[in-house]
Amino acid sequence: MSALHISQLYKHYQLDAVRVPALIDINLDIQPQRFTVLSGPSGSGKTTLLNLIGCIDKPDSGEIIIAGQQVGKLGDNALADFRSRHIGFIFQNFNLLPVLTAFENIEYPLILTKMPAAKRKARVAQLLDAVGLSDKARNLPGQLSGGQRQRVAIARALATEPQWVLADEPTANLDSQTGAAIIQLMRRMQRELKVSFVFSSHDPQVLAAADDAVFIRDGQLQPMPAKTALGSVDSNNNQQQVAA
Amino acid sequence: MNTLSLAWRNLLRNRRRSMTTLLAMVIGVVAILLFGGYSGNINLGLQTGFVRDSGHLQIQRQDYFLYGTGNPAAYGIRDYQRVIEVIKADPVLAPMLTVVTPTLSLGGIAGNFSAGVSRTVVGNGIVVDEQNQLRLWNDYQFPDEARPSPLSNTAQNAASIGVGVARVLQLCAALQVNDCPQAKAPLSTTNAAADAASAPDDISALSELEAAPKSSSPAEAGARIELLAANTHGAPNVAALQVVKAEMLGVKELDDMSITLHLKQAQQLIYGNDAPQVTAIVLQLKHTEQMAAAQARLSQLLQTEFKSLSLEVHDYATLNPSYGQITGMFAAIFSFITLLIGAIVLFTVGNTMSMAVVERTVEIGTLRAIGLRRGGIRRLFVCEGVLLGLVGAGLGVLMALLFAYIINHSGLSWMPPGNTDPVALTVRVWGEPNMILGTAIGLLLVAAISAWWPARRAAQLNIVDALRHV
Repeated sequence: MSALHISQLYKHYQLDAVRVPALIDINLDIQPQRFTVLSGPSGSGKTTLLNLIGCIDKPDSGEIIIAGQQVGKLGDNALADFRSRHIGFIFQNFNLLPVLTAFENIEYPLILTKMPAAKRKARVAQLLDAVGLSDKARNLPGQLSGGQRQRVAIARALATEPQWVLADEPTANLDSQTGAAIIQLMRRMQRELKVSFVFSSHDPQVLAAADDAVFIRDGQLQPMPAKTALGSVDSNNNQQQVAA
Repeated sequence: MNTLSLAWRNLLRNRRRSMTTLLAMVIGVVAILLFGGYSGNINLGLQTGFVRDSGHLQIQRQDYFLYGTGNPAAYGIRDYQRVIEVIKADPVLAPMLTVVTPTLSLGGIAGNFSAGVSRTVVGNGIVVDEQNQLRLWNDYQFPDEARPSPLSNTAQNAASIGVGVARVLQLCAALQVNDCPQAKAPLSTTNAAADAASAPDDISALSELEAAPKSSSPAEAGARIELLAANTHGAPNVAALQVVKAEMLGVKELDDMSITLHLKQAQQLIYGNDAPQVTAIVLQLKHTEQMAAAQARLSQLLQTEFKSLSLEVHDYATLNPSYGQITGMFAAIFSFITLLIGAIVLFTVGNTMSMAVVERTVEIGTLRAIGLRRGGIRRLFVCEGVLLGLVGAGLGVLMALLFAYIINHSGLSWMPPGNTDPVALTVRVWGEPNMILGTAIGLLLVAAISAWWPARRAAQLNIVDALRHV
């Protein structure tokens, strides 16, 4: 499995007449099959970077290579297909489809890949079992707790066996105990399925669980602080994979 | 979980809004189908009336239709019996025919000599039994039955006239016609005498002869009239007629001019001892759908077998221009109503789908993020619109059938223009698959088109913006 390669990445937003830089000259390699966290203060650009990695946004310039594919050259449909095969998303607000049951929410990405029904059902059952929600398969999201919803979202993100799973503040809407359980679950899934996780998070629990951490401030990569405000990560035991 | 199933569940999510949209659609479909059924019924009713009166097709002398009313006798069909026999024996036409009957139109002056009054009339000579047969045609199963001709079982000199003719000829009392006011001040004797004096000698002589039974019952005595017409040689000829009935014909112009008599009597009046002719041969078919085939075959026969007679064929729509005008008017109203309802449905569904797009912006972003293409988003929303249309059309058709049943069995009646008797108010929805299918498909199309624009907007959403939507 190849690394995620980012080079000379620029992105800005236009707010009325003001041009606001969001990412400036990002050069980064993220190693596969790792638990990598993008950290930084609010508005630093970590969600923007995650969106660009997830191919749901386009950079002003620069190059991103994921799964050996230079994604900037892909058209809209090809990008959609690429996302469905290679990238899983976990959202802060879970973003489950409210009219679908837990089972169907997990099944939906598999339908997009045109997986045969029998294989699909087996895969969903396996994932529900893995996230401990076999008994909630027929429940609608509205009938699940926040933690259960996020577990369904994790199963959905992993359904198509993507190489990369991107999570934007996955524990932000959960209490600390549930958040910790979710991090543990993701960590376990990452190891078992040998998939690469990239997070954006402020959560010290997430930072503590990370293999690698990338620190962003004002749209630029920064050296990792010696210790975060909450004291969970320091630069000695986490490696920031910033390209030279 | 296919698109259809997802779309259906999304519709059920906001039931009240979906129900409101459906209600608008159902009302629209019911309005279209009921009005369509009503106007369709009127069209068929008109057609039935015209076919009962003048058949599906008429064979006439060339140009009679355009110029013949001025001098019908000049456009008589010679040897018409042979034409009728050939038509009746024709292997192509025979299976389609119900009645083939000749008629003779004539213009003249009807007078009531004893009252000293007269007026111009348009006469029609008919074969009564065959005319009665014509009137039995009811291919569309209307509940109303046509009345037989007043000349049924009458003597050869019998005639029926319009109420307007009876009024002018002062025959209302004699014919016991209701709603037939007579002039308050009768014409002065001087005038009457003067009129009588100016009448041709033969009319005067005839009238004097007829004056004898004056002492008998008023109905018998007063219902005699004289009909003066020019014969084929241009000479005046008079027929003494016994009027058996004055009837309302529904149109004042007809009431004021119409006289119907037996064909033989009319032929005697116009052709005297010459070979009798007719001005038209009326053909009635079993079904209107056979008209094109029958007309083609007739044209073929007229071009070959009867080429020397210079004949042509006209259908009932040509012979009765009001048919096309009335059906055209109803078609225009129907189109206008359909257009109006279509626009309402278009905006209702469009509004519903637009609201759905706004409410589900984050979901759209999520679906796009996990790999659904723009086309998939478009399909999803269009599918929701089509489903709404499908349910709306289905429910609308069922409701329209129910309302049509209630109306048809309510015993309501109305008086169509040109009619003398009220007819049952009916709407023809059941048994009109083309109208039902057309309306349903139209509604589906409108629903799909109105969902298309919001669906396109949803598909064009930027994923990141959609995910950020609050």
